Amino acid sequence: MDFSPDSELESIATEARQLAGQFDDQYWSEKDRAHEFPWEYYNAFAAGGWIGIIIPEKYGGVGLGTLHAGTLLNAVSSCGGAMSAASALHISMFGMGPVIHHGSERLKEQYLPPTATGELHVSFGVTEDDAGTDTSRIRTTAVRDGNRWIVNGKKIWNTKAQQAQKVLLLARTTPREECAKPTDGLTLFLADLDKRYVDIREIPKLGRNAVNSNELFIEGLPVTDDDVVGDVGRGFRCLIDGINPERIMVSAEAVGVGRRAIEVAVRYARERVVFNRPIGQNQAIAHPLADSHTELDAADLLWKYAAWAYDNGDRHGGAANAAKIRSAEACFTACDRALQTFGGMGYAVEMQVERYWREARLARLAPISQEMATNYIAEHVLGLPRSY
Amino acid sequence: MKILVCLKQVPHQDARLDVNGDGTWIKEDGIKFEINSYDTYALEEALRIKDAGEAEVVVASIGPDRVTQALRTALGMGADRAVHVNDAACQGSDALGIAKTLAAIAKEESPDLILMGLMSDDGNASAVPPMVAELVGMPSATAVVATERSEGNIRVERELEGGAVEVVDVPTPCLLAVQSGLNQVRYASLKGIMAAKKKPLDVKTAADLGVADAVGTAGAKVKIEKIYQPLRGEGAEILSGSTDEIVSSLMNKIKELGLL
Ligand SMILES: Cc1cc2nc3c(=O)[nH]c(=O)nc-3n(C[C@H](O)[C@H](O)[C@H](O)COP(=O)(O)OP(=O)(O)OC[C@H]3O[C@@H](n4cnc5c(N)ncnc54)[C@H](O)[C@@H]3O)c2cc1C
Repeated sequence: MDFSPDSELESIATEARQLAGQFDDQYWSEKDRAHEFPWEYYNAFAAGGWIGIIIPEKYGGVGLGTLHAGTLLNAVSSCGGAMSAASALHISMFGMGPVIHHGSERLKEQYLPPTATGELHVSFGVTEDDAGTDTSRIRTTAVRDGNRWIVNGKKIWNTKAQQAQKVLLLARTTPREECAKPTDGLTLFLADLDKRYVDIREIPKLGRNAVNSNELFIEGLPVTDDDVVGDVGRGFRCLIDGINPERIMVSAEAVGVGRRAIEVAVRYARERVVFNRPIGQNQAIAHPLADSHTELDAADLLWKYAAWAYDNGDRHGGAANAAKIRSAEACFTACDRALQTFGGMGYAVEMQVERYWREARLARLAPISQEMATNYIAEHVLGLPRSY
Repeated sequence: MKILVCLKQVPHQDARLDVNGDGTWIKEDGIKFEINSYDTYALEEALRIKDAGEAEVVVASIGPDRVTQALRTALGMGADRAVHVNDAACQGSDALGIAKTLAAIAKEESPDLILMGLMSDDGNASAVPPMVAELVGMPSATAVVATERSEGNIRVERELEGGAVEVVDVPTPCLLAVQSGLNQVRYASLKGIMAAKKKPLDVKTAADLGVADAVGTAGAKVKIEKIYQPLRGEGAEILSGSTDEIVSSLMNKIKELGLL
């Protein structure tokens, strides 16, 4: 076991922080208030070639792993942009995982290079309101029509759909009843987000408002065989190469947000004097911050381990789910304690911690809820009977 | 053409600085460091010359292990090679000790141009660049805000007090100490960072450069006696009220004192 610092990862973190540092709290606060996509920030990262971090060199990327992408996302989320900063970039990373691992040569050649440069935006279209976490019950269908498919249905929570030209869309191609397993008969398409057939409506939400999430009403959207990622009917399996990296990357981001919250809280606790002493001298303020620091340390090791395992071919989701559970808790607790440290001012927009707090809450829900991630551990790690 | 850029790694501008135990410097553990802001303009200027044609850019820095990161950043931004003087004996060097070390590197490299920052964000002395120029026998110009190169000459604009600008011709090879804002400094790209791993980074000691006697506290003619936070004086008046009230009473005080 070797924990000595890795110069490559250190450089990625340092330079990403340097660039993200140009976009301060004020910038993000304004984008959050206006519900505006952070184009200046996104374009700066695109220009530096960061978006193509995990895309293979052959397709114009840099060909690094989940550990590197996690390091980048951890760095940007710790610079004040919180989940918004990470979400503006990350779908181009994990979202294209299924295409990288299962896509046809044609799909890769056509869509990976513009993803790497940042020109092509993709949205991830899995969740449906009627199905919830039970993905096997999605109702969006793709029906054969000559040499093409016609998609009908409704998706929810499609992040960045306002910017995206493409959507990685999961649709049922064989009725559930006719399949051996409920998750069979689902097909993944890299479909055009064509506004003639797809109505995109933004969902007003609690936080992370610089990056939109939407409902998609899909009516008669044509897709071709060329758009199929992997094999017809085996879309759920391809998705694994999107959702495990997504859980790992979001874990890295959550740790970044938590770190930022503790950093600003510690600064405030040293400077704010009440009863003639810095508030941080009171253990009631100091201990929760110290405790959160250690929780973030633990979550940090966990996501890095999960990333390393994934990058080394481990496709079991145990570590990814464990990282997601622990980092979401550590992050939200850290932000909540930071807010408490600021006292009444913590509730004021001016201090920024309320924004971190709103954004941190998301990690407990998405990309998978804490409950469902815990179900995964109970069933697939501990071997307990499935509860649902 | 070869350009030598000398970089210093200084505490990050957002770092919280505390004085160390014996009151001679700041506590360095636990704080982040970055490239001295003035030096980033010097590096950018060198990289622009490189981008415009044939130039090799060599970066040099003196300091402990952490300085490797600053040099890697410079290589990631596009510099070709780095020289790192990593030697515990250099700790506590004064400006002349640093200048002699950098001059020794310059003599080994014999560059056509040496670019440095006007001053360091932490020391603020502006002493090292003219010393290096003197030691290597090059003409130099400081506070450079614009450059125009021609055969054997660089015409520079220097920022003088009160906003005046001085134009001087400096024959090459020469040393320029640049003012901040000279250009727009680039960021390292991800591909640049990955390419930097393969670029040479030579580590040297003061003895390798033949300056062992000049460096460290032993070689220093200038010694820091004490560093302290200015004590809060008595009699300060604390203005209170809404922001508008505070601003208008502050403006009144400034006017009363005849400062406006
Ligand atoms: C801001 C945001 C962005 C998102 N971005 C995307 C995106 O880009 N693409 C995409 O496809 N999706 C996206 N999502 C969707 C997200 O992945 C889901 O919201 C999440 O997985 C939870 O699913 P659900 O909302 O359907 O909850 P439900 O499945 O309805 O669950 C509701 C609650 O019940 C619990 N529950 C359900 N079943 C069980 C059980 N068996 N045992 C215990 N508890 C259970 C859940 O844990 C949860 O607390 C996003 C969500 C948000 C909020």
